[in-house]
Amino acid sequence: MTITLGHYLSLGAMLFALSVMGIFLNRKNLIVLLMAIELMLLAVNMNFVAFSYYLGDMAGQIFVFFILTVAAAESAIGLAILVLLFRNKSSINVDELNTLQG
Amino acid sequence: MDVKSALFYMFAAVLLFAAFRVITARNPVHAALFLVLAFFQASALWLMLQAEFLAITLVLVYVGAVMVLFLFVVMMLDINIDHMRKGFWKHFPLAAGLGTLVALEMAAVLMGGFRITERPAVAGALAAGAELSNTKELGKVLYTQYLYPLQAAAVILLVAIIAAIALTLRERKDSKAIDAADQIRVKPGERVRLVKVKPSAQQAGPLAAAAEESKP
Repeated sequence: MTITLGHYLSLGAMLFALSVMGIFLNRKNLIVLLMAIELMLLAVNMNFVAFSYYLGDMAGQIFVFFILTVAAAESAIGLAILVLLFRNKSSINVDELNTLQG
Repeated sequence: MDVKSALFYMFAAVLLFAAFRVITARNPVHAALFLVLAFFQASALWLMLQAEFLAITLVLVYVGAVMVLFLFVVMMLDINIDHMRKGFWKHFPLAAGLGTLVALEMAAVLMGGFRITERPAVAGALAAGAELSNTKELGKVLYTQYLYPLQAAAVILLVAIIAAIALTLRERKDSKAIDAADQIRVKPGERVRLVKVKPSAQQAGPLAAAAEESKP
């Protein structure tokens, strides 16, 4: 039994489902939330690379390249905001971020 | 089962295990390290898909830079883990059910619909560069057809650098560093400032008395 495109897509789907689970489970911990987002992007990238290989089109890999760029920028800014948040509130609990509720 | 399938299943199994440990690990440092493991497995899978450049980039950029940043932040912050974990297992059945549902639905669609087994021999975009390496092929497309998106990505990275530094930079209040330009620009008139002080009899009185008392 050879590995089909469906195998890779299913792997991506499982990875995505796991990271959705992670977001549900770690609703309080902002750091693990960021890690779950990274996992989600990895799942999406996996799909792109698999499509790129099985359809013989380079555009998928180009798109992964740009996703990697944007994800790196996103995590850098996210972590900077996290550090700032911890400096001001001494906690990264999502439940305590309610100062804007009026 | 041939070697390639066995390798795929092995990498996929370790990848899913690592992802599971990322979301359930008690200690955020362990979660970050398991995420590193997950990235390595994904990189190996991408190597099997002949996306060599992206596989190496994933290891260099993600494991080398982003995850180190994560680890720095995790170790810098003093997080109360036990408080964070409150209600973790209460949500587990809901999350597990939802995750299984998503995975099963997507797998049912994907396994049925995408039974492509082999890479097409000659595809339009690749026909000319069939014998080129993956990196060269990627570069050729990236620097011609996708030149403007590449510039936009560079601008996004620049914005990210500036934003991250501007957000976290704070000046030390107790710094005694001197500004050389201010020192050179100073005028003689600013060096000495004469202040008129009124001699006050009430303050001078007790002080003078104390001084006299201390003298034998």
